[in-house]
Amino acid sequence: MMETYLGLLNLLDSTLRLAIPLLCACLAGLYSERSGVVDIGLEGKMLAAAFAAAAGAIAFNSAMMGLLLGVIVSVLLALVHGYACITQRGNQIVTGIAINMLAAGLTALLGNAWYREGGRTPQLDGAARFGDLTLPFAEAARNIPVIGTFYAEVISGHPLPVYLALLAVPLTFFLLYRTRWGLRLRAVGENPAAVDTAGVSVARLRYSAVIVCGILCGLGGTYIAAAQAAIFLPNMTAGKGFMALAALIFAKWRPVAALGACLLFGLLEAMAIRLEGVPLPVIGQVPVQAIQALPYLLTVILLAGFVGRAIPPKASGIPYVKER
Amino acid sequence: MSEKAIQLLSIDKRFGAVHANRAIDLDVKKGTIHGIIGENGAGKSTLMSILYGFYEADSGEIRINGERKRIRSSADAIAAGIGMVHQHFMLVEPMSVVENVMLGAEGGTLTMRGMEKARAEIRRLGADYGLLVDPDAIVGELSVGLQQRVEIIKALFRGAEILILDEPTGVLTPAEAEQLFEVLAELRRQGRTILLITHKLKEIMAITDEVSVMRRGEMVAHRKTAETNPRELAALMVGREIAHPQKGASQAPGAPLLEVENLAVKDARGVMRVSDVSFMVRAGEIVGIAGVSGNGQSELIEAISGMIRRNGGTVTLCGQPVPAEADAAETRNLGLAHVPEDRLRMGLVTSFSAYESAILGHQDRPQFSKGPLIDRDAAIADTEDKMKRFDVRPPDPLLKTANFSGGNQQKIVLAREIETGPDVLIVAQPTRGVDVGAIAFIHRQILDLKAKGKAILLVSVELDEIFALTDRVLVMCGGRVVGERITDETDQNEIGLLMAGMEAAPAIGTPAEMRP
Repeated sequence: MMETYLGLLNLLDSTLRLAIPLLCACLAGLYSERSGVVDIGLEGKMLAAAFAAAAGAIAFNSAMMGLLLGVIVSVLLALVHGYACITQRGNQIVTGIAINMLAAGLTALLGNAWYREGGRTPQLDGAARFGDLTLPFAEAARNIPVIGTFYAEVISGHPLPVYLALLAVPLTFFLLYRTRWGLRLRAVGENPAAVDTAGVSVARLRYSAVIVCGILCGLGGTYIAAAQAAIFLPNMTAGKGFMALAALIFAKWRPVAALGACLLFGLLEAMAIRLEGVPLPVIGQVPVQAIQALPYLLTVILLAGFVGRAIPPKASGIPYVKER
Repeated sequence: MSEKAIQLLSIDKRFGAVHANRAIDLDVKKGTIHGIIGENGAGKSTLMSILYGFYEADSGEIRINGERKRIRSSADAIAAGIGMVHQHFMLVEPMSVVENVMLGAEGGTLTMRGMEKARAEIRRLGADYGLLVDPDAIVGELSVGLQQRVEIIKALFRGAEILILDEPTGVLTPAEAEQLFEVLAELRRQGRTILLITHKLKEIMAITDEVSVMRRGEMVAHRKTAETNPRELAALMVGREIAHPQKGASQAPGAPLLEVENLAVKDARGVMRVSDVSFMVRAGEIVGIAGVSGNGQSELIEAISGMIRRNGGTVTLCGQPVPAEADAAETRNLGLAHVPEDRLRMGLVTSFSAYESAILGHQDRPQFSKGPLIDRDAAIADTEDKMKRFDVRPPDPLLKTANFSGGNQQKIVLAREIETGPDVLIVAQPTRGVDVGAIAFIHRQILDLKAKGKAILLVSVELDEIFALTDRVLVMCGGRVVGERITDETDQNEIGLLMAGMEAAPAIGTPAEMRP
């Protein structure tokens, strides 16, 4: 019994770890799309941030410096996206793709030029890596059955970015539904003309949203390189930015639901890892590839049938042009 | 009360080659309702956009309450005490009334306290001006009339002393328009100034104190409303006297050419948009369908013309049953022509040259074909000929469709549909966004077709149009036909009540069998 419970906790623990990059990207996309800017460049921003975080952490031998650099690089890319889409009213999809390609190429190129290991960085260790934090009372709580063990095993013992990402959920909810900025943000993604005629600058609002999007992507990328893997590998984000967009639709652009969607996707991934090489009853041993495809397959099924109508912010994807 | 709320001094604005506003002067007295009237493209909207800070004038001066102001953004306009109710509402549909009202005027970083204040203010304004609306209702679920109230409340909430309304009655039922005018009169009583932009002469006469007329970017006349009449204003707007076509006596109707029985249409979500509609249109007859837009008229004509599938009922064209799966090409071959309600979305391709738009749907006819190719020369020659006969200006078949004015675009669609010699014509909102001169021309074309013994189904939200053209009128409300009247034996009041879904008192002289 205890054994099973610990196994379950273990699964939940890796669920949380796997869900964090998704959650960062998903919230990032939420800000951007709620403001009316579609961002399929989440993937590229996370990848660039991951590289910058790894390189920064190595150079300064400090994980925090890695986080700072990761966020800066991601925000710069976000501003490029913003300039193209908001100021120049360019096509948001094309710009997003450009950012993804730029990030994939540039990280591999610079990585190879600087470290000569085929695009990867050296292993991050010591102060260059985010260590696991033990939350207060975690050791004491371990003796309390069920809840205490859950607290010690699943909630406690993660690196800093995990907690930052989790904190971003209530913070986003608060910003979106309780502040002036949030009210305007929700409005500008639906009808920018309404915001404009109310005397508020559409461009400034959208830029602020895109910058927040950059910060969150930076956090996600940093987590992947400087905490989860402790190394940068070419293309290590592996489509997480796109999965996050799926989670965003699944969550219907709402922050708390986004956490739920990301945790669900994380759970699927964790189960896929657990099931590799394990013979299942009736079916027998399932090929690794089939298991790995499971989260993606379920994503498609969930999006196709179980979400109901997911209506995106009405003005997302459309550049704002003043007209009479 | 001769203090000037607004003073415009030689306002000038160009968009490239277009001179939208030329040396405009305007005085609006405080506490009055001032009408601005003019055809589409006369520059009314540009002028109001300048006043509300959407554009900045190239030159000229704006004075508000005698004080010179620079208005470079909507925020400047709001600060100067100007509020605007746009023709297309500037509302965020998924948000609540109170959120919409406070947007941009939240009164603090956090919204909680401002929201309470806004809620109280909405209730107060509702009581003071008859602008009742539930502050916590979702705007997208409100009727158009209530949404307009929210827009007015938004402006008043920001302390607007001057209220600009751009074509406010276009989307309202006659009863809602009446209510709006009461609100405006109340606002005037309390000393606010109102600028009413409209192309409806009747409204100008009914509510304004003074009226200014614009034509081709210029302010051509100012009148006291009491000292002018609709005829003079119309002539000033167009620059010439307009001869309105006369309906002429009803002919003895011929054989039924369009018969619709128990027609039903469901939308994609399974909601009934049209239920159990039956009627017929005979040769030499114009039947009108009146109703507030969105009551199933669009679905009805789209189902008849084969643009969408019907979910029940039968349609018969010239005695031949129309199969349920017939598309627009098939109904056209059976003798139906269709001038759709939204020419930009359904009638034309705006990025096409005029001649391409003018043969759209008929491009396969032998006269425009050279084997598998389009005979460009033949199409251009044919379009040029049509343009001359339908007075399309400029008569240039190579000009991009988007560059024609609304009235001329509509004439291109009308020419294309009429010239195929249909037996049945469906015309929907034929004069929406069309200037007065073109309205008369389009009406004359429709009456000519009737004289030739064609059957015409006219769908319009403009009651004036229904009464000017039709022999019989059907009123739709909630997807059903709620009443049928002989046009000459009813009046706008009765039709208006039917449109609003109210049981109308039996009209005097209406035979019992005509009542619903």
